[in-house]
Amino acid sequence: MPRPGFVLEVDRSTPPILFHHGESLRLERLPAGRTRVLYPGEPLEPLDDPEGAIRDALESPLGGGPPLRALLRAGMRLTICFDDISLPLPSMRRPDVRQRVIEAVLDLAAEAGVDDVHLIAALALHRRMTEAELRHAVGDRVYDAFAPHGLLYNHDAEDPDNLSLLGTTPQGEEVEINKRAAESDLVVYVNINLVAMDGGHKSTATGLASYRSLRHHHNVTTMLHSRSFMDRHHSELHSSNWRMGKVLRDAGVHVFQIETTLNNDTFGTGGPMAVLQKREWEWTARDRASFLAMKAGLDRLPLKARRRIFQAWQAPYGVTSVQAGEVEAVHDVTVESVFRQQLVPIEGQTDILTMGLPYICPYNVGSVMNPILVMCLGLGYFFNMYRGQPLVRGGGVVIMSHPTTWEFHPVHHPSYIDFFEQVLADTTDPLEIETRYEKQYAEDEWYRHLYRTSYAYHGVHPFYMWYWGCHGLEHTGKVIVVGGETRSVRRLGFTPASTLADALEMAEDVVGRHATITHLHNPPLVMADVK
Amino acid sequence: MKALVFSRRPARYAAAMVAGSLRPGRGARYGPLSLRDVDPPDLPGPGWRRLRPRLSGICGSDLATIDGRSSRYFEPIVSFPFTPGHEVVGDLDDGRRVVVIPVLHCAARGVNPPCDMCQQGRINLCERVAFGALEPGLQCGFCESTGGGWSQEMVVHESQVVDVPDELTDEEAVLVEPTACAVHAAHQVADDVVAVIGSGALGLLTIAALSGLGTPRGPFIATAKHPDQQRWAKELGADTVCAPEELERIVRSATASLVLGHGQLTCGVDAVIDCVGTADSIAQAIRVCAPRGTVHLVGMPGVTTLDLAPVWQREVGLRGVYAYDEHDDRGHDFATAIDLIRGLDLGRLVSATYPLARYEDAVEHAANAGRRGAVKVAFDLRADRATRTGRSQTVYDRTAATRTQGDEESS
Repeated sequence: MPRPGFVLEVDRSTPPILFHHGESLRLERLPAGRTRVLYPGEPLEPLDDPEGAIRDALESPLGGGPPLRALLRAGMRLTICFDDISLPLPSMRRPDVRQRVIEAVLDLAAEAGVDDVHLIAALALHRRMTEAELRHAVGDRVYDAFAPHGLLYNHDAEDPDNLSLLGTTPQGEEVEINKRAAESDLVVYVNINLVAMDGGHKSTATGLASYRSLRHHHNVTTMLHSRSFMDRHHSELHSSNWRMGKVLRDAGVHVFQIETTLNNDTFGTGGPMAVLQKREWEWTARDRASFLAMKAGLDRLPLKARRRIFQAWQAPYGVTSVQAGEVEAVHDVTVESVFRQQLVPIEGQTDILTMGLPYICPYNVGSVMNPILVMCLGLGYFFNMYRGQPLVRGGGVVIMSHPTTWEFHPVHHPSYIDFFEQVLADTTDPLEIETRYEKQYAEDEWYRHLYRTSYAYHGVHPFYMWYWGCHGLEHTGKVIVVGGETRSVRRLGFTPASTLADALEMAEDVVGRHATITHLHNPPLVMADVK
Repeated sequence: MKALVFSRRPARYAAAMVAGSLRPGRGARYGPLSLRDVDPPDLPGPGWRRLRPRLSGICGSDLATIDGRSSRYFEPIVSFPFTPGHEVVGDLDDGRRVVVIPVLHCAARGVNPPCDMCQQGRINLCERVAFGALEPGLQCGFCESTGGGWSQEMVVHESQVVDVPDELTDEEAVLVEPTACAVHAAHQVADDVVAVIGSGALGLLTIAALSGLGTPRGPFIATAKHPDQQRWAKELGADTVCAPEELERIVRSATASLVLGHGQLTCGVDAVIDCVGTADSIAQAIRVCAPRGTVHLVGMPGVTTLDLAPVWQREVGLRGVYAYDEHDDRGHDFATAIDLIRGLDLGRLVSATYPLARYEDAVEHAANAGRRGAVKVAFDLRADRATRTGRSQTVYDRTAATRTQGDEESS
């Protein structure tokens, strides 16, 4: 029986706590008597028979609709859409759950005689997936059957000939999605719901959308009113997507939603990485030796070699649930499953929130975690891993540990470079950035070209990363980065610190002495249910 | 009187080329420039006056001459030996404090009727710079007949002087001539997107002129190599300031250009103002210039090797911008320059002054100004007058924020 997550009160006997630090690791001793550590739950038991669970979900859909088998008929246009490279993190060992679901759907389609089938990676404004990445997601059999015929491809949010404007919400939000999906008799969307933000109407309304549509919810105002964006019922991001979902439904787009959840088995129970998901006071002598050897080895390697090692890691996640059917009914059950793994109750807020940022976020798979992504991961994703109220009090301090090197992947993140050099050199204020610069980057022909033909994130994407962190920026009084490259930390508008002790001392200027501290022990993923 | 004199001595000139290539400004030590006791120049004719310089700036064209980098193109339009110095504020023999318009145009040369260009007010393009009553010389400071500002006395024609308003300090006044060049450059552009390459003294003054006059219709970009230059460029009004190697990326972003193989941009800025004048800077200017755009050469170029294929294929204009002129609508560039200096407090850009006796140090300082956090370096002749009465000279270096005791004049 896996143990749930819990809150550790740090005392004098508490050993040093693990902090991820990009492509390296740190052990930090936290002050006794005023520090809590929020630990994730242990990995839930995976389903014994994921294929059977998938078949059951397709045969017994939620929301009262007919089983998938009954929706399939010869001569129909079927489009299967699936989450892109940004999920899960790190990527999962083969077979990817998307492959399992897609194969089950295709088996049913074949039985029904459906021969007009397209598969689309629903990547919105993310970079295109490479052949290897697509093969990993859908499996070689599916890839070889569809890709050579042009039937398996990446969504192109900048292809005017393949987008359909389906209407607007009562709030005037334009809903424009992939034309093939819009004109299909049935859209089957295959999700991996790694965190509570994923899935629901957001899958189609965001994953298959264009900039024209996305700008209505990927903006500063929406993000400031999403508290948090991991909590759908208090997230304007989701409210907007749900409104768009209604427009899609009213326009006749029939979506059969399939959502899957994974457990917290990020680093496995054997092998050198296993120690990273154990609680420090339970480390055996062997664990300690293993950790020290790993850390010593990593510290001696050049950054690129460390990056290769970490990026090559594939998690042995287990599938914990599969839901299919009507979008909202499916998503409600999915979110409960995600919360069952990740949500940990904690009493009250803290003055200082600490976090060790790992080497990966949704937008640097096989790539470089540039400073903008550091901000997004810390103040966007980790800060928003809460329900109720933020873990850190208003005006409190966030301390993030990450090298924050001034480094960008020139192929994946070209507009990030300009954003960092031009926009952030000018201002870090999200509203000002949005007003003055977003349009220029969003409509830049070169970025469009790279997004469509190379493997670049869309020109506007770094803006979204900045907006993702704007609630955290507004809420906190100071952000300190431990061990970060000084000039890039300053460019972000944050304060650099050499050590955690220095950072805690700096934080005193904002929150006073003897401030309370909470450490978010993440990854594996944990979400705070702040009472 | 004391004067720095540049003589025609080929061996020394060759030595200056070598020394200057090893360390900028070192040509002053090994080249044909020397401090001498000379007779003041004779008055060439009616309308000519004696002028005692107060401050005289060191210009990029002076440095190129001293380090042996000047084009041989200039040989027929200079006369040896000459005393350099064309950025001059000084006192006329009647006590008026004036700045000098150094161009030796038809009126100064006694050429009558004046050439077509001079008749149009374009004295900078005078067609008689090697003719008339004077030895050849495109400006004072390159003409044997007139002397130059790097001396205790020179001669100027009454058409060449502009009274300095009382409220202008000498430091501000010595910037009038280079600022007039910048004003002239700024008047050449009325484009949407402009880039300025280089933030030395001329570059910074051009930036000030562009922002002060508002001639570009849109925001403009400037490159600056050194941190102090970047700070100045921003302070003087450049909308975007970047390191030289960042210019292509910034221009690409600003103009939403596509990129070809080898990083070539398909679009670019409408006008590029090159204030450096090297092969690298001109090549970069061509690279970031839009099709049918114009590269304005403001910094004095020399003999360079350039790939002109993009100039041809993209119909890019390559245009020289020299000195200053007078325009019916906007008046003389010198008058505009004085207003600009007053409005923007540009006297701050004079970073250091030296006595003539320390000319080697002064030239080296000027040649390495950016690296040393300086902008404009000038000779201070006010102290030279004082030494005649036995007072000591000083070197003033604003960049070091110190005032240090200098060498006693040997005389």
